[in-house]
Amino acid sequence: MATKQSRGKKIRVLPGFRLTLGFTVFYLGLIVLIPLAAVFWKTSTLTWAEFWHIITLPTAMASYRLTFGASFCAALVNAGFGLVVAWVLVRYDFFGKKIVDALVDLPFALPTAVAGITLAALYSQAGWIGRLFGFTGATGQFHGIKVANTQLGIFVALTFIGLPFIVRTVQPVLEDLDPELEEAASSLGANRWQVFWRVILPMLTPALLTGFALAFARALGEYGSVIFIAGNIPMKTQITPVVIMQELDMFDYAKATAIAVVMLVVSFVLLLGVNVLQWWTNRYNTNNLA
Amino acid sequence: MTPAATTLHPPRPVVQRRTTSEPPLVRRGLIGVALAFLSLFLFIPLVFVFTEAFAKGIGFYFETLRDPMAWSAIKLTFTAAVIAVPLNCFFGVCAAWAIAKFDFPGKNVLLTLIDLPFSVSPVIAGLIYVLVFGAQGWLGLYLNADHPAFPWLANWLNDRNFKIIFAVPGIVLATIFVTFPFVARELIPLMQAQGRSEEEAARVLGASGWQTFWRVTLPNVKWGLIYGVILCNARAMGEFGAVAVVSGRIRGQTNTIPLHIEALYDDYNFTGAFAVASLLALLALVTLGLKTWVEHQNAALNQTEITR
Repeated sequence: MATKQSRGKKIRVLPGFRLTLGFTVFYLGLIVLIPLAAVFWKTSTLTWAEFWHIITLPTAMASYRLTFGASFCAALVNAGFGLVVAWVLVRYDFFGKKIVDALVDLPFALPTAVAGITLAALYSQAGWIGRLFGFTGATGQFHGIKVANTQLGIFVALTFIGLPFIVRTVQPVLEDLDPELEEAASSLGANRWQVFWRVILPMLTPALLTGFALAFARALGEYGSVIFIAGNIPMKTQITPVVIMQELDMFDYAKATAIAVVMLVVSFVLLLGVNVLQWWTNRYNTNNLA
Repeated sequence: MTPAATTLHPPRPVVQRRTTSEPPLVRRGLIGVALAFLSLFLFIPLVFVFTEAFAKGIGFYFETLRDPMAWSAIKLTFTAAVIAVPLNCFFGVCAAWAIAKFDFPGKNVLLTLIDLPFSVSPVIAGLIYVLVFGAQGWLGLYLNADHPAFPWLANWLNDRNFKIIFAVPGIVLATIFVTFPFVARELIPLMQAQGRSEEEAARVLGASGWQTFWRVTLPNVKWGLIYGVILCNARAMGEFGAVAVVSGRIRGQTNTIPLHIEALYDDYNFTGAFAVASLLALLALVTLGLKTWVEHQNAALNQTEITR
């Protein structure tokens, strides 16, 4: 504690602290904080009753349910398959592994509009993948599970978007796992499944949760990859960002802003949660090392 | 919000031991499940973009790209990226220097605030600039006020029909916002991990601040910086939601490449949409290739440092 205090008073050897910190805070304020404050300024022109009325409109409520539900399901599916992908990439060797490993990041690099039109075309009734879910009858009627223009389509797009998060948070933790722990468990008589369930999985839990939260948070705000496959039918396949966009197209800024405030507050809470989770993950890892 | 996901990590060799491995059948099964899942969501879509782009032949492909509307979209996208990426790069270096090389109260708050744009929906990112600069926003209220604070400024702006929203400046601002944290996010952990002793030694030996930065800090974080810039650029050129809100989608004027793709798709010109989309898909592949190469270089750099 004493060393920490004396460090603050020490003469700084390196230059540029005021300049760089000053510019950082200035630029952050100009680009991020002041414009974000405008959302709350605009909302403050509404009374509390008006605000509550707007954010609880049936179309808005339906969009929250859909956005949260689809994001949650997509993140959950990604948690399962992402764990398998991370496991396979860390533990096994197979042909083309390096290329597969690089391509996992594709959803980060591929623009959302490109992902959107591609998934919409692939999962439509006539698309390469969509037609596998049913058949077109003699009358031209499609029988089977429709993916595009349904809530299932939104789930598909959000799964694509969230795919790298789980893989990339679990992968480094899995790489750092001490094999001695597994050897100890198996020498004490545990079978491979018990080792995974009782030893490996508990150590991966913080990373899995972090990846899940990151994928979920990303899915909540997603717009570009969803709109093409969703069909955007009010009350049915309209996600919250689309509702905001629609109000903006009608120049109803107060409505758009009120719903945006709801989304922003949820995102901020999630961001806080992710930070706590990452702190937990780091602490867990350092405990393991010690 | 991709801190863990975008950080550089060197690949490690696979060590197989009998006690800590699975039977071959389980192993093949898991590889099969992983590849099937990735095929459904990654590989098939990627192949599909290029197949569909050339569905009407190579002539149609280049005709679509030579279209003046497409050409203006390409130019606008490059303009936005050329302004946004260097600004955010400069910011990232400044922020990393202040945060990694000095101690000050509120550092964690600052770190969280830098991450904010990652957790804001692209649509909201566009909306906030509409609220500040739009006709009903702060700037609009100022320009239309009966007694503005600086009449000469209001008149000067009004005379020039000064517009940010539904014009190029708005697109640039929205692009800056969504790519804001990329370089900073990449550099801060890297520079924190490297500590301050090398820079302090350089200063004690008589190097100036600039010399210390150029000759000591920059070579150490070179690959991280390049990596951050690559990611920043990919996002800047591909941003859709935020730009869609502020652009107004005026064809030939305020359409970027992603917005042009949407316009073609809405016109049922699917092959055209995929032809333009293939440009961005190619950009994504180049980005991933560069990323893999940079990771490789970074691993090699770490290796030489260990042996040295």
